[in-house]
Amino acid sequence: MSLASMVLQFIISGLTSGSTYALIAIGFSIIHNATGIVNFAQGEFVMLGGIGMISFYSFAKVPMLLAFFLTVFSVAVVGFLLERGPIRHAKSKEILVLVMITVGASIVIKGLSMVFWGKNPMTFPPFSGETPLLFLGAVVMPQSLWIFGITVSVVVALHYKYRRTMTGKAMRAVAASRRSALLIGIPVDRMILLSFTLSGSLGAVAGIILTPMTTASYDMGVMLGVKGFSAAILGGYGSMPGAVVGGLLLGVMESLAAGLISSEYKDALAFLLLLLVLFFRPSGLLGMGRLRRV
Amino acid sequence: MRADTYASNGSILEAQGVTLRFGGLEALNGLSLSLKPHQIVSIIGPNGAGKTTLLNAITGVYVPDSGDIVFRGQSIVGLKPFEIAALGISRTFQQTQLFSNMTVLENVMVGMHPRTRSGFLGGIFHLPGERKAEREIRERAESFLDFFNLVTKADRMPSHIFIAEQRRLEMARAMAGEPAILLLDEPAAGLNIQETETMGDLILKLKGNGQTIVLVEHNMHLVMGISDWLIVLHHGSKIGEGLPEAVQKDSRVVEAYLGR
Amino acid sequence: MGKRNKIYLILYALGIFVIPVFLRNNYHLMVLNVTALNIVVVIGLNLLIGYAGQISLGHAAFFGLGAYLSGILTTTYGFPVGPTMILAVLITGTVAYVIGIPTLKLEGHYLVMATLGFNIIVYIMMIQLDRVTGGPSGFAGIPPLRIGGFVFNSDRKIYYLFWTISVGVLLLSLNLIRSRVGRAMAALSHNEVAAKCAGIDTEKYKINLFACSAALASLAGSLYAHYITFISPGTFSIFYSLQIVTMVLVGGMGSLWGSVFGAFLLTLLPEFLHGVKDFSVLIHGLVLMGVLVFFPQGLFPGILQAWMRRRESVQAETAGGKGT
Repeated sequence: MSLASMVLQFIISGLTSGSTYALIAIGFSIIHNATGIVNFAQGEFVMLGGIGMISFYSFAKVPMLLAFFLTVFSVAVVGFLLERGPIRHAKSKEILVLVMITVGASIVIKGLSMVFWGKNPMTFPPFSGETPLLFLGAVVMPQSLWIFGITVSVVVALHYKYRRTMTGKAMRAVAASRRSALLIGIPVDRMILLSFTLSGSLGAVAGIILTPMTTASYDMGVMLGVKGFSAAILGGYGSMPGAVVGGLLLGVMESLAAGLISSEYKDALAFLLLLLVLFFRPSGLLGMGRLRRV
Repeated sequence: MRADTYASNGSILEAQGVTLRFGGLEALNGLSLSLKPHQIVSIIGPNGAGKTTLLNAITGVYVPDSGDIVFRGQSIVGLKPFEIAALGISRTFQQTQLFSNMTVLENVMVGMHPRTRSGFLGGIFHLPGERKAEREIRERAESFLDFFNLVTKADRMPSHIFIAEQRRLEMARAMAGEPAILLLDEPAAGLNIQETETMGDLILKLKGNGQTIVLVEHNMHLVMGISDWLIVLHHGSKIGEGLPEAVQKDSRVVEAYLGR
Repeated sequence: MGKRNKIYLILYALGIFVIPVFLRNNYHLMVLNVTALNIVVVIGLNLLIGYAGQISLGHAAFFGLGAYLSGILTTTYGFPVGPTMILAVLITGTVAYVIGIPTLKLEGHYLVMATLGFNIIVYIMMIQLDRVTGGPSGFAGIPPLRIGGFVFNSDRKIYYLFWTISVGVLLLSLNLIRSRVGRAMAALSHNEVAAKCAGIDTEKYKINLFACSAALASLAGSLYAHYITFISPGTFSIFYSLQIVTMVLVGGMGSLWGSVFGAFLLTLLPEFLHGVKDFSVLIHGLVLMGVLVFFPQGLFPGILQAWMRRRESVQAETAGGKGT
């Protein structure tokens, strides 16, 4: 295989994983915009999506499309419960406490998963078979196309929702200023609940489309979560185009580094990038510069 | 630096063409002023004139975009707040910023931080030098409490004392740093007439000891009663200054407050 | 330190040093030895969280750095145990200092992510640099601790050594909190701007605290390595970071005695829940969430307050009774 098609191969596989990072990053951004907190359980939503799909489709033999929606719905419920339960009832409303609560939640979810599903990785078959396609000398798995397609649809649907529907505009208002939103009668609490539910769904979708290619296990949440967060920060925390750009960029860089330099430290790259961005340009690539602070 | 060092024209603090922008908004606009020592200088002006911003710029909390601030002949722009405090400028805040996790006495003891030096090793091993220093800090802090009439509240928590006492505590903490200039940001806000009078007497008592005081205040009665000099700000620049009676009659000042 | 703390400390030390007389079971001694080390790490972390106001989810990395540096240098290169431990502490402290400078400028939750990322990077390196570290299967044959000719090769001997160190660290920390430096740290944790304007170099204190807490974790890690004589990356994953943060939060941020309580509770608790190794993750998560939701100021302070209130209401009742 020529170098060019090898690089193309890496880029394509990078775009594939990058799409899922983008979805996870959007999930982070939605909650952050509505509440100001980092939801550490985001990665676990992804894990639940993958494992949930396996449970519905492989174990319970539910038809694939139905299983898809059932899984997304179930994880959305988990997001709902997380906000309605611990977050809403927390005695202290300080951001750091709430963030640590999501950390606790992520451990609880992981622990429950360990107990119910065990520690072994599982998977389910790709949506439309495993026959690879050829594109300019690079091998493309059909699942990759599904991943691109679904990611694009989700991003377009979200964009439409945020720009055109009342709910979307309400959520943007809450993100801009909670107090003002309250003053003009927007049910802020419900918007926050919606943001958690939506992020849960997005995480689930990411988990479902990713699992046929990488398998799912109880501990996949942490890595994916931090990588998704890296992607969000890379592109500019809180912005959806930023999350998409960050995700794709991270995926491609990871893939190129793994292919051309060394595959062993591939995972470390995401975290290294995270640290570098946080240290030197916390507003991300697409974000605006921060205001002067003490 | 010797405590009596002043700029060649005898001023202890000068702002020279200070401009400070927040986003697109100009909070301070080419502001220039000069403060003489051992006086009570009041800075007044309508809301948003830039008074608190000026205090923040002087104490290093904000960094001006252009211009200079000179303290005792030394430029202090760009210095960190703790360095400026150590050089001799202390302040109180518009909304009292006390350390509510420690007692009244301990709040004042913290104020003495830049004037004391026992460090980490002395601290963890409780060395004799540290123990002696701690005793001295405690005694000195108690004398500050005495001056500010807070001795009976020494072991209370700041949230359990009255507003007027909290204000005095913040002043005590600031004075514990032995500053050359004391900046007071609206010390009379929220106080009743009696408490305001007491506050005014206290400030005069400080001036009587030779303290240079900069007062940002809205309470005109207090300002007119105790100030030696007035500086009026509007839209981030100085529109008038002088003796209190003169400034009161200045038409530009009246316009600024009443609006056109 | 204050009279009360002195009394508590003496009682605590007495209790600690008397326990082994009654314990025959070496496994129990080992659990307590690990508890002693956890207390050292948790105290350091608590000073960081409670006084610098910075939550680190990456302290397992410093614990691991101490363990691997000590282990590798003494085993593979034959360095002497004592000086190597000091070297490991210095190296880890310096690493912490260097990454602390940019990290501590970040806002709360970004800091949490950054420390988490750092932990994962170190963890990956422990696994990947397998020629040096032994990779995922770990590193064995680490020499035991010794002072001169005296070798610490039994759980009982280690017990006295570790607990001396642990009680010592507690003592020094209690001293620190009551000192000028401790006051400055308390001020900065509560109101950073006011602290700065009062003349406190907050950045210097935050970085130094970060480095010191890392150094303490490293010390504990080295001691751990020479005790168990075998280390593997699994011990130094983010799960341990989360465990120690939970211990701090359970004990109450800023409360040193609370940290002792938290370390005891969360090290001993899993031992009492037999056959629930699979549930340990779940239980930790539930404890963490429970404490954060219901006792954000800490379980230990919460219990103390509840106890205080009961005493007050009992006193009020008896006083009322006398009055009628």
